[in-house]
Amino acid sequence: MKLKKLQLAGWIAALCAGLFVSAAGQAAEDRSIRPFTVQVPQAALDDLRRRLNATRWPDKETVADASQGAQLAKLQPLVRYWGSGYDWRKVEAKLNALPQFKTNIDGVDIHFLHVRSRHKDALPVIITHGWPGSVIELLKVIEPLTNPTAFGGRAEDAFDVVIPSLPGYGFSGKPASAGWNPERIAQAWGELMTRLGYAHYVAQGGDWGAPVSNAMARQAPLGLAGIHLNLPATVPPEVAAVLGGGPAPAGLTAKEAAVLEALRKYGMTGGSAYYAMMNARPQTVGYGATDSPAGMAAWMLVHPGFKDWSYGADPAQSPTRDDVLDNFTLYWLTNTATSSARLYWENGARGSVILAAPQKTGEISLPVAITAFPEDVYLPPETWSRRAYRNLIYFNEVDRGGHFAAWEQPGLFAAELRAAFKSLRHAH
Amino acid sequence: MTPTKPKFPMTRRGFIARSIAALSAGPFVFPSLTHAKTMTTSDTDAVLIAAAPDSRQAEDRSIRPFTARAPKAAVDDLRRRLAATRWPDRETVADGSQGTQLAKVQDLVRYWVTDYDWRKGEAKLNAFPQFMTRIDGLDIHFIHVRSRHANATPLIIAHGWPGSVFEQIKLIGPLTDPTSHGGRAEDAFHIVIPSLPGFGFSAQPTEGGWGLERIGQAFGVLMTRLGYTRYVAQGGDWGAGVVQAMGRQAPAGLLAIHSNLPATIPPEVEALFHGGPAPKLSEKEGATVGGLGAFAKSGGLAYIVTMGARPQAIGYGLTDSPAGLAGWMLQHSGFAQWSYGQNPEQSPTRDDVLDNFTLYWLTNSAASSARIYWENRERDLISATAQKTAEISVPVAITVFPEEVYRVPETWARRAFSNLVYFHEADRGGHFAAWEYPELFAAELRAAFKDIR
Repeated sequence: MKLKKLQLAGWIAALCAGLFVSAAGQAAEDRSIRPFTVQVPQAALDDLRRRLNATRWPDKETVADASQGAQLAKLQPLVRYWGSGYDWRKVEAKLNALPQFKTNIDGVDIHFLHVRSRHKDALPVIITHGWPGSVIELLKVIEPLTNPTAFGGRAEDAFDVVIPSLPGYGFSGKPASAGWNPERIAQAWGELMTRLGYAHYVAQGGDWGAPVSNAMARQAPLGLAGIHLNLPATVPPEVAAVLGGGPAPAGLTAKEAAVLEALRKYGMTGGSAYYAMMNARPQTVGYGATDSPAGMAAWMLVHPGFKDWSYGADPAQSPTRDDVLDNFTLYWLTNTATSSARLYWENGARGSVILAAPQKTGEISLPVAITAFPEDVYLPPETWSRRAYRNLIYFNEVDRGGHFAAWEQPGLFAAELRAAFKSLRHAH
Repeated sequence: MTPTKPKFPMTRRGFIARSIAALSAGPFVFPSLTHAKTMTTSDTDAVLIAAAPDSRQAEDRSIRPFTARAPKAAVDDLRRRLAATRWPDRETVADGSQGTQLAKVQDLVRYWVTDYDWRKGEAKLNAFPQFMTRIDGLDIHFIHVRSRHANATPLIIAHGWPGSVFEQIKLIGPLTDPTSHGGRAEDAFHIVIPSLPGFGFSAQPTEGGWGLERIGQAFGVLMTRLGYTRYVAQGGDWGAGVVQAMGRQAPAGLLAIHSNLPATIPPEVEALFHGGPAPKLSEKEGATVGGLGAFAKSGGLAYIVTMGARPQAIGYGLTDSPAGLAGWMLQHSGFAQWSYGQNPEQSPTRDDVLDNFTLYWLTNSAASSARIYWENRERDLISATAQKTAEISVPVAITVFPEEVYRVPETWARRAFSNLVYFHEADRGGHFAAWEYPELFAAELRAAFKDIR
């Protein structure tokens, strides 16, 4: 009864504020974990196809490469395929073959995959995706992590895997109010792992998953033993200060100088424009991306993680054309182009996620592991990594893979997590 | 849906390559869609894109009358798309800090579908003599209205983004017919209002290189082709960059320029914005720096950076979604005080703004217009150094409008332009000053050019 009174008061307050009270708000006290199945109505798929086939195209870019954005001649065939041969039901089936759930945390329904290893003493790991990624990015690492012996690994290196959708992404709810920054997400993830009964676990993240995992390490919730990052916040302050120009700080090693140069070049050639745009005006960029699937795809393809993507021309490449369209279609069907962009706005003035100081890495005492993938936007030097994270237990530069490391090199990615977390398997 | 005998379309070079000989005079005849090469999968789209113009041909210098007439199919298609707009969820703030607010855009789109009438906007344009002429490989559209006063001073006005010739048509009466607008016959102007390359009815460049210099040159050629041996030029937004380029080029006949977004940021202030030391500033200068800093900090430059970096990436959504196009353009600071039609006294009206957006839509120029940011991405539009104002020797006139984000101090203006003949701070008006207060704007131009004639 008390619960009902509280709820009533909440509804009245919300109505007075002119806000729509969602079912998630009513269920704010509900900690249940509910099985979830993806069931997209056929009408939604038909509508997507109609829109794709009715795409109105601009004229061609005036350059011979992708420097002005996704090239017309590459995007048109992708959209044509998306509107004809592509089949969403395949990935829907893949997702539904995995255990999926929803649970309400801090007012938002969080969707997640939860796959337990058959090996006892498997180490639970929560893996966080970023933008423009999703749980789909991580599907290929589930088996290598939970079932290592089938992938050249050892049973002792098995993981239980928890893969949530960020708030405002995929099948998770969309926050109706501001404040869902990486700190709050990290808190929600700590609550999630507790709710799942895990007293000893690790966290992993790249892209937005990295600041989220960083925040978890800072918050040090009960049970968190350590984190692994593939886009770590390691740029030191004196280097961060000159990313936009100005003399390089004295005493940089050759490697550090090369990384600074690369970051500057990235900035000067417009690489971070998409970040600045969503950081400033997520709603504005969202209108076109919500109403036009081709527009949405084009916006997402601006991400440097796709710089070497062959649009399916290379059959050996991962992600495949279907993989990428699975991911884009998820954004489309869940209408999360705009809500997902808000995470950039929420990150506010903290700026780029690779800077150590705004990510307060100095406050982290938990063990941190880092894998540097060569094609990612930022190749962290070990020197900077050791400065940023005083308890760096693992640092490895691998020889392949880029921004979407788990998507591109799932076997290697899983091997890295096994190596990185080996020493953290037993509670101290 | 192939029209059998449509006339006077608003398509551009789509048929110019084939029709030039036949069209030395008279309006365009719309060829059947089966002959047209269209880039869209939709039959109803009005925009036709031809093969690149053959630059080896001697350039046709004819000036051809032009009438705007969108095929009904294109107007219907726009409405259908608007009515089928798929909307995101609401912003999570109570103001515009995350961008154009959902409720405002939805209202505007509702009106755009049900009550707005493009034919009225078309008629507004067609009430004036319009022409096309080929310059430097591109068809340039322009309005050309001669004053009844024979000694009127020819004036070319260049618009910017997200503007168009629609922004300036309310100036035509006051400028060409001053005595009906509280002015003197001696202050009359003949007026030329072109559409920038890649905007409106002008053709879209297929190659890079159409920066401010090239546009400035083209506009100088235009005035000469029109037979003007003495003229002045005016511009705001990108138009300011264009007329400043003309000022540097100093084509024969250019007497003076007027700008309402002059390139006046001095080098030490530019350095400050790039992390350099704080220079000594007067109170007024300090206030200006503060205003610009606040604007940048609140994300006001993001769209500029984005279009400068990846115009094509943002262009796809704006080309396929009219709501997306409007949502994107409404983030411009020029609309910060716009009431979305709630204030019936305000100019531009809701119809005015939709005329402008619909023009971008029907001419499929969202991406091509964004490229002007790309072309000029390394040359800050308001930086005196980047815009090489020291090379401008023609007389320069400036009006500062109070609601513009950049409030130019006179000290900076005098440093940037060695031949500053007029500097005035108006008491009202913002970025789209000509659109908002046409009478005031016209009065400014009369005053600015009074001693130039």
